[in-house]
Amino acid sequence: MQALVIVGHGSHLNPGSSAPTFSHADTIRETGVFDEVREAFWKEEPSFREVLRTLESDEVYVVPLFISEGYFTERVIPRELRLEGWDASAWDSPDGVSATHATLRASDVEKAVHYCGPVGTHDAMSDVIVRRAETVTGDPEVGEGFGLAVVGHGTERNANSAKAIEYHAERLREAGRFDEVRALFMDEEPEVDDVTEHFESTNIVVVPLFIADGFHTREDIPEDMGLTDDYREGYEVPTEVDGHRIWYSGAVGTEALMADVVLERAAEAGADVGESIERIRAGDAGVAGD
Amino acid sequence: MNAPQLDALVASAPEGVEFDDLSVSGEGPYTVSIAGDSHEVDEPGLREVAGENPWFVSNWYYWTRVVGAGGARYDFLRWVERADERDVSERYEALSTGVSRTWGQLLITAELGEDGKRRYALRHVENAEESGLEPYDDPLDARELVKHDDRGRYRPLSTAPTLPTGWEFPDLSGEDLVRAVDFVYPATVANWHRERQGELDVTHFRETAERQSGIYEIVSQLSVEELEAAAEACCVDSQCLKRRMWDEDEETELDVDRGSGEFPCREPCSLFITAARKFVTLGREETRAYEFELTPTEKEQVEGIVDAVAEGRVEEVREADLNEGANRYRARYLRARRMTEEGLSGTPTYPEDQER
Ligand code: SF4
Repeated sequence: MQALVIVGHGSHLNPGSSAPTFSHADTIRETGVFDEVREAFWKEEPSFREVLRTLESDEVYVVPLFISEGYFTERVIPRELRLEGWDASAWDSPDGVSATHATLRASDVEKAVHYCGPVGTHDAMSDVIVRRAETVTGDPEVGEGFGLAVVGHGTERNANSAKAIEYHAERLREAGRFDEVRALFMDEEPEVDDVTEHFESTNIVVVPLFIADGFHTREDIPEDMGLTDDYREGYEVPTEVDGHRIWYSGAVGTEALMADVVLERAAEAGADVGESIERIRAGDAGVAGD
Repeated sequence: MNAPQLDALVASAPEGVEFDDLSVSGEGPYTVSIAGDSHEVDEPGLREVAGENPWFVSNWYYWTRVVGAGGARYDFLRWVERADERDVSERYEALSTGVSRTWGQLLITAELGEDGKRRYALRHVENAEESGLEPYDDPLDARELVKHDDRGRYRPLSTAPTLPTGWEFPDLSGEDLVRAVDFVYPATVANWHRERQGELDVTHFRETAERQSGIYEIVSQLSVEELEAAAEACCVDSQCLKRRMWDEDEETELDVDRGSGEFPCREPCSLFITAARKFVTLGREETRAYEFELTPTEKEQVEGIVDAVAEGRVEEVREADLNEGANRYRARYLRARRMTEEGLSGTPTYPEDQER
């Protein structure tokens, strides 16, 4: 038997924070490729500490629904799951965006735990960003005549958080689909506040690389970009700012295609996922998003 | 009992069947014993004896083939129908009208289903006698159902005694029942099972605190007195239905009621750690002497307000009940009379800031 555990941050204050984890777990459940699919959280239940003991499977694939490598993925999650002998070097990611997986044992259960890198740094995440741009513009061909801004939090405790944003911006720039691609941040230069100054294109799609919609994606970023003076009053998509049209997408983590990235991570760690990745790509494996 | 169950029994005889007062062995002739009554029979004879005791066959089949013997789920479902307290006949009799157990604020009812299998119903204990509840059949729905309490407030602690009412899962299989329970009260079945096996791994407060990093590192500074107060604030029955099994450390028991919950708490939870962090920062402040002018009744009113907030009774205080200190008009009146920009009774919180 094989189990998939999607681990997310969760919140004691915001009930919506776990919604993307639930919805991606449901999408994967519907494919039926795992005997068990479970969600676990840092701030909600089941906690990281207890989740493994609720499973019957002896092969467990753990995929962090986090954007970057760093404090949570390298320290908190392995520690709370009691992964014996964990060392961040097991992921072999000197640049902070190349984590793959490592197989360990948890000290409280007799199971092999395949601990995967976060969804945020997987190459397939670039596709989710593009899908997000398609969804928000309603145009499956979106690209020409458009600039794309990938937005991250920026420095705080985690230097790697910016690396994930820059990594995808670079990949998307190389793919050449959008006229311009920029990495922007809330708390460091270049700042999302001045989004229009960074683009020549009239149309700009702004995709925040965040897992859940919350305070930052619903309140700060729309206000910082000048989409609205008060987030409670809402904003149009697109909104006209300084002669540009801003197509703001909200958190990328709520995009249904994210389930695909979770499966990619598990498959690379050895999980048998059958045809499910193709099915999710084709959009016929249930509904997700919130 | 149905034909496939009987066939399965005959097929299992050679390797020996031994379950809940039913035993069968041999390859024909067979030795069959039901509730202590033993026979030597050939195959038609085995089928006949079994046919006369259908409960024993369906019971064996349900537990060994449908549920699968052993493990947390098996143990939990056996507990639900009091399998270790009642023999098969008594149990089937009870199951024909329904056997109920409570699990936190959940009421679980087991009934006989088709061919001696079981069907389970799940609802809030307070809805025990009610009909017309909102019905659900997918255990996954439980996640959303229990997210908010009846007053619409988000429930960050699953085992807080604020489970919303008004819903039911009227017909679940054993597997789905356990899944639904696990969505309502995550990991409680697993930890309860470990406890029954004598294998509950408890992590006490000091060890949990030592493990913390980042902003939670400071929780290890909580003194034992503060820890006692914290457990009293967060972990007693009125706040959390788990039975606290952790203490300060292995040697030092906390002098706070553990609670009477069915399922254990094996380690301070994330909400407790978050609260503990706040309590550490509160504890860093030195006390000061303040001089207030309050009437005796006003002093009692302040105490009444603290009590009402701590007990979660604020909403219950009636609008026009002016005898309650925590009545809103009384509180507003107190504020109008006694609180100024400087604070309570005009006494500044930081007198030194006022002088500058
Ligand atoms: S630590 Fe306290 S509040 Fe948290 S689950 Fe245990 S008993 Fe309940």
